[in-house]
Formats: sequence, C-alpha cells, structure tokens
Amino acid sequence: MLASLFVDAFRFIPDNAGLLLNKTAELAELAFTALGIAILIALPLGLWLGHRHRGLFVALAVSSAGRALPSIAIIGFFVAILGVGFWNNAVALVVLGIPPILTNTFFAVEGVDPDAVEAARGMGLTEEQILTRVELPLGLPLILAGLRIAAVFVIATATIAGIAGGGGLGEIIANQAAYGLPGVLAAALCVSAVALLTAAALALAQRAAFRRMAPTA
Amino acid sequence: MRTEAAELVFDEATKVYPGRESAAVDHLSLTVPAGEICVLVGPSGGGKTTALKLVNRLIPLTSGDIRIDGTSILEQDVVELRRSIGYVIQQVGLFPHMTVEGNIGTVPRLYRRPRSWIKARSAELLELVGLDPSYAKRFPAQLSGGERQRVGLARALAANPPLMLMDEPFGAIDPIVRARLQDEFLRLQKEIRKTVVFVTHDVDEAIKVGDRIAILREGGRLAQYDTPQQILEHPADEFVAEFVGRDRALKALALRTLGELELSPATEDGLPRLPADTSLRDALALLVAERRNALLVIGADGAPLGVATREDLLA
Repeated sequence: MLASLFVDAFRFIPDNAGLLLNKTAELAELAFTALGIAILIALPLGLWLGHRHRGLFVALAVSSAGRALPSIAIIGFFVAILGVGFWNNAVALVVLGIPPILTNTFFAVEGVDPDAVEAARGMGLTEEQILTRVELPLGLPLILAGLRIAAVFVIATATIAGIAGGGGLGEIIANQAAYGLPGVLAAALCVSAVALLTAAALALAQRAAFRRMAPTA
Repeated sequence: MRTEAAELVFDEATKVYPGRESAAVDHLSLTVPAGEICVLVGPSGGGKTTALKLVNRLIPLTSGDIRIDGTSILEQDVVELRRSIGYVIQQVGLFPHMTVEGNIGTVPRLYRRPRSWIKARSAELLELVGLDPSYAKRFPAQLSGGERQRVGLARALAANPPLMLMDEPFGAIDPIVRARLQDEFLRLQKEIRKTVVFVTHDVDEAIKVGDRIAILREGGRLAQYDTPQQILEHPADEFVAEFVGRDRALKALALRTLGELELSPATEDGLPRLPADTSLRDALALLVAERRNALLVIGADGAPLGVATREDLLA
C-alpha cells in the first residue's frame, strides 16, 4: 500500500513536471526572497553586535523567541495584518529566518580569538578592517552554519504559505482533494529536495570555509 | 634596512580607569633614548601593561602626555600611530586563517604594498628572526610556540617601525626556548636598533634584555628607572631591593665579564681556563665548584690574557 503510494508519487512527478516545476519555482522564489531579506537584516546586525561584544541579551532573546514561536502562529499573525499573499508570507518567513542567522553570526564574531583581534587593533587595522579581515573570515564557518539552519527552516515553512495564499508547493500539499495522495507526496518530495539541496550547498561552503579558516597539518 | 629609531617620552602619563579610585599608572615620567630597550617590570598591579598600551592608545590616557620623537601621540591619527609602532603580545595573536607570509604582510597590505614586495620582505624578516624562508607558506597551527612568537616579531617589524612595544613576548614559552629567544632578540636588536618598550614580570629577564629598567610599584608609580647595573648595585629603596632579590649582588656579577677585569700576569700553571666573555657570575660558580682561588682568562684566539682571583671577581 505504502509502496504503491510511492510508485504513484514518482509517476506523478513526470506526468505533472510542468506543474511541479512551476510550484517549486514559486516556493523557491518565496523562500529565497525571505532568506535574502533575513540575511540582509540579521547578518550586519549580528556582525556589529558581535564586534562590539554587546547585545548578548538581544542575541539570546531573539534565538529563544525564534525557537518558541510556532511558524503557523506567525503566518497567521501576518495574514491578519497584511492579508493573504506573497508578502505576508515573505515577512513571516523573514521573521523565522532571522534568529538562527543573528544568533550564529553574533556568537561567531564574538567568539573570535581576542588575542588575534587585539593584535589586529594594535597593528593599526581600523574597526571595519578588523571586522572584514579578521572576525568575518574566522567566524565564517559558524555564520554559514546559521545560514544553513535558517535556509532549511524557511524552505520547509514556506510550504505552509500555500494555505495563506502564497502559492508554491504548499498549494498541492494542502489540496489532497484535487491532487490525490500521490500528488501530495510528490510535492512534499520536491520541498525536501529544495531544502536538502540548499542545505548541502551551504554545508559544502561551510566545510570549505572551515578548512580555509582553521587550516592544520 | 633602515635603522631609524625614535625617542619615547612619558610625560606625567597617568591612567585612572573609570570607576576606580586609584590610578593604574600614576604620573609616569621617563625617557627612552632612541635605539634602547626599556624594560617595564614590577609586581602585578604595577600598571606595566597599562603603561605600554597607553603608547599605542589601546588604552586612552587620563592625563599627561606621551611623545614619540617630540610629537604627542594625541596629535596623531590613532590608526596611523599604531601602524608606525610594532606591537608584540604574549599570546602572539597570529591570524589563524592566514599563512605566515599573510600575517607578516598585514601592515604592508594596509599600505598597499605589492605582493612581490611583501613576499621579499617576509623572506627577509623570516631570516632575521631565525626561521627558514619555507615557513612563509605555513599556517600558525603548524608552528610551535617559539616559532609563533618569532613570526609575531617578524610581523611587528614588517613596516620597519621606529618603536616596538612588546608585552611579555616570551612569557608563555618554556624556559629553554625563552632563553634562546632572548639571546636572539638581543642579537637582532644589535642589528636593527629599534627603540623598544618591553614588559615582563620576570626580573631576571629585565636584567638580561634591558638597557634600562623601569621598576613600577603598586599603583603604577615609578620606583626606579636606571641601568640594570645601577639598579642592582644601588637600589633606590627597600621595595626595589626586595623586588630585584636578595641575590642582587650575584645578578650584578652576571652583567660583567672577565674581560672587563684588570688581570694579573699568569704565574702558576694548571689554573682553570675560561674565555674572556664569561660572566663574573659563571666564573665565580666555577671557582666555587672546583674549590679554586684563581683562574686563567683566555682570549678569543685561545691566548692567555692573565689571571683573575676570587677577590678580583668580588671586588
């Protein structure tokens, strides 16, 4: 029964390739837009707070809030404020994407060897140069780890957008009546594929960064 | 290589940390002549490191002034000031994501020196600090503690600064390697003749490397500023005498060599022979160990120069 469901799902994929591709693109557009905005907000903020060694409280509060807030609640909240549509969902996903990026960036920069930073400052690097040439490269593996968590989280949650008029694969998943169980499963597989591919790409980048930033033997 | 050095003047330099009653550095006034090593030494709480960091403005002065070749540090752009001063710290603080060459090139890159210039300069400096040029492509994680400190020194010298600040540079290194680094540093200093401010808590290190020693006591007050010889032979007060140790007479002996003594003509045979550059302390140790009263001093060519007795050593 389960096996035949998967067989049907895999048949659904080529039969409806156009639809799935279309919806996957919608999902990706939504998720990556939200992710991009989240990065634009959280990355500079985390870098700045980490560099100043300030805002530990903010970083921790944001990270636990991010973990505690149910994604459905956030999307529901923004449906109430912004109405149904792409931007309502995007804003909700931005809110969900910020915590892991902000927290990881903060701790990545905050945790850079203070001796290296003092040496840099003592040698006459400006604060901006300390950040871009010492703290950012040394913190990069941890920063990329944060991006990876945020990316998976945002892509997975973007599926819920289907319910709130955001389009994407969620529309198929939430509409079993129209697409049948194989369709739902096929759409879910597509979501997983996007999430896993993104995560894998970021994991590779993270590994490369780690090898570059912490070279040994 | 240019061999310029700058004169450094502390003029009533004072640091009071916010919220503290007492000063960390209290009206410190002293002059380090160009090309000399001034060691700041004293017990913890003496403000040695604070005094050092006042110079490159990592810690801002509360009052007073510090001048480098007559120009107040307060009149210079802080970033330019720091780039013109070599800075070496105990934990080195090498950048782990850069090669040795990348580390050494840090300040030259800020001055937009071309890559070829940095490469050549890095090779030159590695040789100067006693490392093989093949170290240029290594990463800090691949170096021993002593090697890291050498690279730290090379990095501080990269822009050929007239003034070097060294904060317990050999403090985290085991005694044998430390002694070797001290010797090499002194040999290097003979070549490059920088003005150096060197912080240590080790009075023996201070005596060994310092042309002059500033002894700071609690509350950041200067207890004595003089040559090692003067401090050992004429400590200014009880505190200094206590700080340099009960064996200060022996330490003073370590500063002089047999060659500086007036020797008497050789009369007896079979005396222990020692080269003229042996310290009086080592010579005395030999006499005590061998239960002898005199020794024969020989020159670099092995020819006997004359006889020194116990009394000569202790005079």
